[in-house]
Amino acid sequence: MVGRRRTLIEVRDLSKKYGDKIAVDHLSFSVEPSKVTGFLGPNGAGKSTTMRLILGLDRPNSGTATIDGKPYTKLHDPLRHVGALLEARAVHTGRSAYNHLLYLAQTQGVPRRRVDQVLELVGLTEVARKRAGGFSLGMGQRLGIAAALLGDPKVLILDEPVNGLDPEGILWIRNLLKALAAEGRTIFVSSHLMSEMALTAEHLIVIGRGRLIADTSVREFVERSSKRSVLVRTPDAGKLTAGLAEEGAEISKAEDGALIVLGLEAPRIGELAAAAQIVLHELTPQRASLEEAFMELTSDSVEFHGGVQ
Amino acid sequence: MTTMTQEAVSGKAHGPMFGRLLLAEWTKLRSVRSTYWSLILLVLITFGFTALFVGLTVSQWDKSAKDNPDQMAQLVRDPAGFIFGAGIGFGQLTICVLGVLVITSEYSTGMIRSSLLAVPTRLPMLAAKCAVFAAVVFVIAELIAFPTFFLGSAMLHSKVQVSLSDPGVLRACLGVGLYLAMVGLFALAIGGIVRHTAGSITGVIAFVLVIAPLAQLLPGKTGKYVHAYLPTEAGSLIGKAVQGKDDVLTPWQGYGVFALWTVVLLAVAAYLLRRRDA
Repeated sequence: MVGRRRTLIEVRDLSKKYGDKIAVDHLSFSVEPSKVTGFLGPNGAGKSTTMRLILGLDRPNSGTATIDGKPYTKLHDPLRHVGALLEARAVHTGRSAYNHLLYLAQTQGVPRRRVDQVLELVGLTEVARKRAGGFSLGMGQRLGIAAALLGDPKVLILDEPVNGLDPEGILWIRNLLKALAAEGRTIFVSSHLMSEMALTAEHLIVIGRGRLIADTSVREFVERSSKRSVLVRTPDAGKLTAGLAEEGAEISKAEDGALIVLGLEAPRIGELAAAAQIVLHELTPQRASLEEAFMELTSDSVEFHGGVQ
Repeated sequence: MTTMTQEAVSGKAHGPMFGRLLLAEWTKLRSVRSTYWSLILLVLITFGFTALFVGLTVSQWDKSAKDNPDQMAQLVRDPAGFIFGAGIGFGQLTICVLGVLVITSEYSTGMIRSSLLAVPTRLPMLAAKCAVFAAVVFVIAELIAFPTFFLGSAMLHSKVQVSLSDPGVLRACLGVGLYLAMVGLFALAIGGIVRHTAGSITGVIAFVLVIAPLAQLLPGKTGKYVHAYLPTEAGSLIGKAVQGKDDVLTPWQGYGVFALWTVVLLAVAAYLLRRRDA
């Protein structure tokens, strides 16, 4: 992987219908190694389905998904190439964490001591012999991550890994994913929370209603989708408004009397005010929050809107 | 953060592919309680009902000989078949339940997704599961068959003598293991097709305990043949030492018919496993 960009997960024209309902609609994107790629979309956007299609659990109606050039089902000892955490639980409630990992290890010819290693890594050593049915949501997630890491895979596909975790657990996952990406692994992680992805991911693939909405770096995403406005406070609002309007700015008044200026950058506003000898009390560039940017981007594709504005 | 120790995972995988899957299925089977409960119940029910039925028969011997001469004549011709018919007939229900659970519990808990991620070609997993489960049931069943036979023959001793060296008796003892292993696979196949625990168990038990035996009541020659070729009815002949006068099939033919049914059902289960979304 020296200096050469290559893609590890490749999705081409992927579609999946459940009955009449289209879950994934001609979706294409690729995921590159050595970074965390966030897979973002509102609930019901088709994230889990896409992941299941990549992992060969569901059959697509059309299109292909490959990992390192091969469909998942053609991988030899797949857990040694790809580790996956699915959103739904995938553990027998009556079996201990240790035995769950042991049978998975045995299918791949992974030695027993690796089971102890991943249990240690996710912090479940103490409860390894307890039935997984008694695990909390967070412990269940940790067990899922242990299973994903079992084969030391270079690709990780994680569906909503922070779901149900406490702040400490969320921080743990965040750091783990970054560390794994820094080791050169491909991390593809879904979330419906933009703010979480902004802290973890470098790249974003955003979908809504099964279709691609954006395939971009996190920074580009934020810059492109946030409206830039400038908040201005001045005792001489009327004069400034007139001056700025002449320059083509759009000005509106906030409830507390401050001006919100669209279409002019803060330095320009400052210059204009200085030239007109208007006193400014505040001049603050505003940025839409990530969550607002995300909601704006996906607002057309949210499946279930709340009824009240 | 060091997340990995390369040497612990890399390197050549141990053992041939299918051997690893057998090992994994063995781990799955031995690491849940339902396996132990079912097998303990198999032992208790088989010994219990053998003692109960054989004991009742011995105590009612003279009365039965008058009331049901045909039945008693068959008993005297094939005491081994009678002994196994009593205990195993009920004991097999635990194998029906376990056979279903071995596969439906993977679906009900969602664990099937982990299993299929590990073996995405799917069919080798089903094959390994069948092989391990059938082998375990066969071994346990044989461990029960011989004590059951000795228990029954000892209780019958005052009325009719039968020993392991009599014609067909050893084959009947081995037949118990063969039959229960096939019952297990039969139930596993149904579980694989239906995927739901309650529905599969109800279906299998209703068939084995009610529908198949009731088919005896079908009228005429056709009815007789239909009944003879039903899976568990045909298969259970392997547990008889001497072929009954009315039996349409020989023990091995009967077992062959049962095996054929089971193979067809497993083929359907395999086809659906490949086709369906997990």
